[in-house]
Amino acid sequence: MQKKVIFKGAVLPYLLLAPQLLITGIFFFWPAGQAIYQSFLREDAFGLSVEFVGFENFLDVVRDQTWLDSAGRTLLFSGSVAVLALGSALFLAVQADKHIRGADVYKTLLIWPYAVAPAIAAVLWLFMFHPNIGLFGRMLNGLGIPWDYRLNGNQAMLMVIMASAWKQVSYNFIFFLAGLQSIPRAVLEAAAIDGAKPARRFWTIIFPLLSPTAFFLLVVNLVYAFFDTFGVIHSLTHGGPGKATETLIYRVYTDGVINLNLGSSSAQSVILMLLVVALTVIQFRYVERKVHY
Amino acid sequence: MATLTLRDIKKSFGATHVLHGVDLDVTDGEMIVIVGASGCGKSTLLRIVAGLETETSGEVLIAGQSMKGLEPADRDVAMVFQNYALYPHMSVFQNMAYGLKIRGLPKDQIQHRVDEAAGLLGIGHLLQRKPRELSGGQRQRVAMGRAIVREPKLFLFDEPLSNLDAKLRVELRAEIRRLQRRLGVTSLFVTHDQVEAMTLGDRLVVMNAGRAAQIATPMEIWERPADTYVAGFIGSPSMNLLHATLEAGGAAAILDAGGLRLPFADGPRAGAAGRKLIIGIRPEHLRPGQGGLDVMVELVEPLGGESVLHGKLADGTPLTARLPGARYEDGATQLALPTESLHVFDGETGKRIEAGG
Repeated sequence: MQKKVIFKGAVLPYLLLAPQLLITGIFFFWPAGQAIYQSFLREDAFGLSVEFVGFENFLDVVRDQTWLDSAGRTLLFSGSVAVLALGSALFLAVQADKHIRGADVYKTLLIWPYAVAPAIAAVLWLFMFHPNIGLFGRMLNGLGIPWDYRLNGNQAMLMVIMASAWKQVSYNFIFFLAGLQSIPRAVLEAAAIDGAKPARRFWTIIFPLLSPTAFFLLVVNLVYAFFDTFGVIHSLTHGGPGKATETLIYRVYTDGVINLNLGSSSAQSVILMLLVVALTVIQFRYVERKVHY
Repeated sequence: MATLTLRDIKKSFGATHVLHGVDLDVTDGEMIVIVGASGCGKSTLLRIVAGLETETSGEVLIAGQSMKGLEPADRDVAMVFQNYALYPHMSVFQNMAYGLKIRGLPKDQIQHRVDEAAGLLGIGHLLQRKPRELSGGQRQRVAMGRAIVREPKLFLFDEPLSNLDAKLRVELRAEIRRLQRRLGVTSLFVTHDQVEAMTLGDRLVVMNAGRAAQIATPMEIWERPADTYVAGFIGSPSMNLLHATLEAGGAAAILDAGGLRLPFADGPRAGAAGRKLIIGIRPEHLRPGQGGLDVMVELVEPLGGESVLHGKLADGTPLTARLPGARYEDGATQLALPTESLHVFDGETGKRIEAGG
């Protein structure tokens, strides 16, 4: 039971909510509204003439083959990031859940990457895999494997996927570990006595009990890969080489900030916005239905 | 069905010694209850038999085979846990079928065995439900069903009734006993409840601080407790233990409180005059009567047909008596000690002293 405080009048509660509302308003609702407004306009690059064009910007976007290519790349990128980040986090969490010496140190170290800013993470990976100055980059080339993510699109994609997934592993790890620790020990012991070996216990008991956590994380990871990986891509590849790592969010930036096509860029933002709303709705529906054991 | 043998089982967690060498021989189909206060090592002992803990030294043999190094899965035992430990994402049927599926039994056999066990336990109508849709008693029945379908060599019960309310506990207690007799499976049952222990066990193991204080049938333990710990633990209210000294010749004890002389009905005890003794007398053996103990009664608990009196002797030793009828009052009274119901223990070691010993 939560204790409820009853305020006299409405002034104080609104005053207390004001900072949060102000932040949400200025940094979310205003720009989001602006984007929706601009997505219906066509403006020349100098801002001298503005024309209302209805849904034409949206139609242009979805008819544009390069945008569709970019959408395909985004699916590949986001899917790979989510699978890689979830898979390795689950593996690490299962290891950390065992009774091992120095488990606390191990857990702390695993949580660190989350505190690293995307651009810094990208620089770390750059220092490792740059063909001229990166340790592994030089090693690969030394072994006769032609490695240069600035020239090879597939290698560039691999780089941004790895760097993006690496940053998300910590977050997933914390949730998976908490999920594992909330499984009663007696249930696993019962399974052991019932004759289930460790691998079988994992797939028939642990994994099904973790599935609500996994689903929640899947949505969070997809949203992360869609939107929060701009920093990583921008620092590592600038969407290149060519358009090899240009995801939808990166394209919003290129079209709006570089090419100053504000109408098209806004329309793309709005499409992404709708996507994230849809994902969130699915997640809340699912979580409400399925989380109680 | 099988025998179970424990040989000098010792267990320590780091520097903490939990079990100090427990020996036990369980015959085929016997129900053994391990009873003791919390922290006496009884659950640890059970978990060692199950293979969930590894003994520091000693040996567990099931059906004459050493279990050394064997995983729980390979021991062919079934366990019922205190908090049921049902698989929350599986239906009742799946819960019971889980172990059979792992053993690769054909589908129709699994179906048959689960139906049979469910019928036995009266949970046939619940098979499609999830554990969260069941009451505590139903969950415990499912947990038992999961153990029964496996047809294991050994049943292990880890305080399975302590999460249930009093009425259900009594009901399920009787049911477990009936089932165990009917199936004839060798069983170990851990509990801290002495009534459960007395009613369920063919034999009891009374544990105290990591040792088996006494292993015997319930009535043997009640009639001839091996030491003062067992004497105080089994029986409710617990046995009165009074300090005394041995009279010259060993034919009687002299109570420290009030100097009352208690002749031994079954023969003299060995030892020099003045040997320190503890005299045990169960509350229900005390009777109102002249020439006995002077007791200052401080509290009377009427239970209907009988009353429990709490009082003190002259030197402040507390004393409890369970007397027939309900007409008792606070204040000074005298209680007689029937000499044939006395228990004699050594004052130093607490061990029972038999006549001639």
